[in-house]
Amino acid sequence: MRRHPALAILIALLALSMLALMLGATVVAPGAVIGALAGHAHDDTTRLIVVSIRLPRVILAILVGAALGMSGAVLQGTLRNGLAEPYLLGVSGGAAVGAVSAVAAGASSPPLIALAAFAGALVAVAGVLALARSTGGAGDTRVLLMAGVVIGAFANASIMVVMAAASPDVTRNALWWMMGSVAAAGWRDVMLLGASLLVVGALLVHGARALDVLALGGDAADALGVDAARTGWRFFVLASLLAAATVAVAGLVGFVGLIVPHLARSLAGARARPTLVLSALAGGALVVAADLAARTVRAPAELPLGAVTALLGVPFFLWRLRAGR
Amino acid sequence: MIAFDAVRVRYPAAERDALAGVSFEANAGTLTAVVGPNGSGKSTLVRALLGQLPLLGGSVTVEGVVTSTLSRQLLAQRVAVVTQREEPTFPLAVQDYVALGRHPWRPTWGAPSEGDRSAVERALRDAGADTQATRRTDSLSGGEWQRVRIARALAQTTNAIVLDEPTTFLDIAHEMACFELLAALAHAGRCVLVVSHQLNLVARFADRVVLLSRGQVVADGPPDDVMRGATLERVYEWPLVVSRDPAVGAPTLVPLRRRHAPIP
Repeated sequence: MRRHPALAILIALLALSMLALMLGATVVAPGAVIGALAGHAHDDTTRLIVVSIRLPRVILAILVGAALGMSGAVLQGTLRNGLAEPYLLGVSGGAAVGAVSAVAAGASSPPLIALAAFAGALVAVAGVLALARSTGGAGDTRVLLMAGVVIGAFANASIMVVMAAASPDVTRNALWWMMGSVAAAGWRDVMLLGASLLVVGALLVHGARALDVLALGGDAADALGVDAARTGWRFFVLASLLAAATVAVAGLVGFVGLIVPHLARSLAGARARPTLVLSALAGGALVVAADLAARTVRAPAELPLGAVTALLGVPFFLWRLRAGR
Repeated sequence: MIAFDAVRVRYPAAERDALAGVSFEANAGTLTAVVGPNGSGKSTLVRALLGQLPLLGGSVTVEGVVTSTLSRQLLAQRVAVVTQREEPTFPLAVQDYVALGRHPWRPTWGAPSEGDRSAVERALRDAGADTQATRRTDSLSGGEWQRVRIARALAQTTNAIVLDEPTTFLDIAHEMACFELLAALAHAGRCVLVVSHQLNLVARFADRVVLLSRGQVVADGPPDDVMRGATLERVYEWPLVVSRDPAVGAPTLVPLRRRHAPIP
């Protein structure tokens, strides 16, 4: 596991994905799943369940986890703070406000909603940083997280205001965003998030070594030839873009970006490039597992995915908070 | 060689210049030390060199090239700076940390070249940190950490190295070891510029001392010329005497208790 962490996590991811394709209201045998994926299913029902219903959901869960894992790893490095995470920093909340507002205003095309989510995420980031700076504590873990929590609470309140004034349809939509889910996954969502992840993920992995230098702090980064302010801001925007893209297709899924980079670092050391790749893989595995739990634990009822990840994430956060002191 | 030529810097909303026309040169093969009381402009000098502050006038040149014409990356290929504060957010293996000194030279992709690897090995050896290569940065003591930071600067393979207060928080043995290392690097041909509070250490090790006060150079020369009681007393605004250290005869500053001070 320690010698080939990427391989180990990849195997875990594939195994969990296989389980997720098999399990549900109808249990499909592993052979039948592979047959359906290969294009020769036993019957139409099996093909429908595996390929049309479960497969996009599993793939979307992988992409959501990968994007959140990478986003968290980048935010932690850029802000030099092991507790940074898109959800806790209010970035995801801002994205949800953007998305819900767009829907309430009548938008229905996914790219437009994603754009609104991104705009909301950026406003939230700017708000958090401005708030932290105005108190002189942008470098202080607690101040930054507190600013994130405050902006996140404001985002939640804003969504409720939009909901209260909106039609029941919009309200249902908004609730979905706040709870986080990949249940409604379609191929269009997969394409949107997949394309974002491909482009942004490639940019992040490309620039990863600058992230290592940034994690030494602004002065040291400047001395090593990396413009700390400009490069840090660029990473911040890219990480927000990834978080916003996940919000646009799956709503608020918290804590994945917190847990996964720590796991990745503990397996492969703290260098940014392996951390980013492992965070993507481990994030995918975690969200597939969480979604599987969400739809099987209390079947036929479904738990919100965001609730499952939060149930895992909060104890982890507390543990890190204690360890960090 | 690093040359400051009539450098002027003023912080926003400040009443006076932090650097009011500072000129001096730090040459290759020489350990040059910048000393001065708090607020005299020592650290501002390093920030001006790194291009973190706009110059109101004058210029900084490294090996004959004006730094303001260089990108950060090109500057980092010419001068390595060990800044005052630095703490990796996530602990790295010492060899990975020292390898970050290769960042200004490495293309974005690709494994480190043979040249990168040998530069890191040599830097670890020259800084006396080669036995620590596989340890984690968060397991190092204060003295070991400073040594490893100097190794990272050496891995940049620049001829000029600048250090801002490298011995803060170090005990006597580690202070001495640090200055021994800096002197050895300078006498092997490098241009070493160190900003320090430790006047007595500087007097023993530096070839040349630049004394700053209120953003101006008030004395510049060998330790014997700069470490004069009257000058230091005026600059530090505190009664003191300068004697000779009994071991090597370097000038040694002894601050006096105020009430025992001779009345001028």
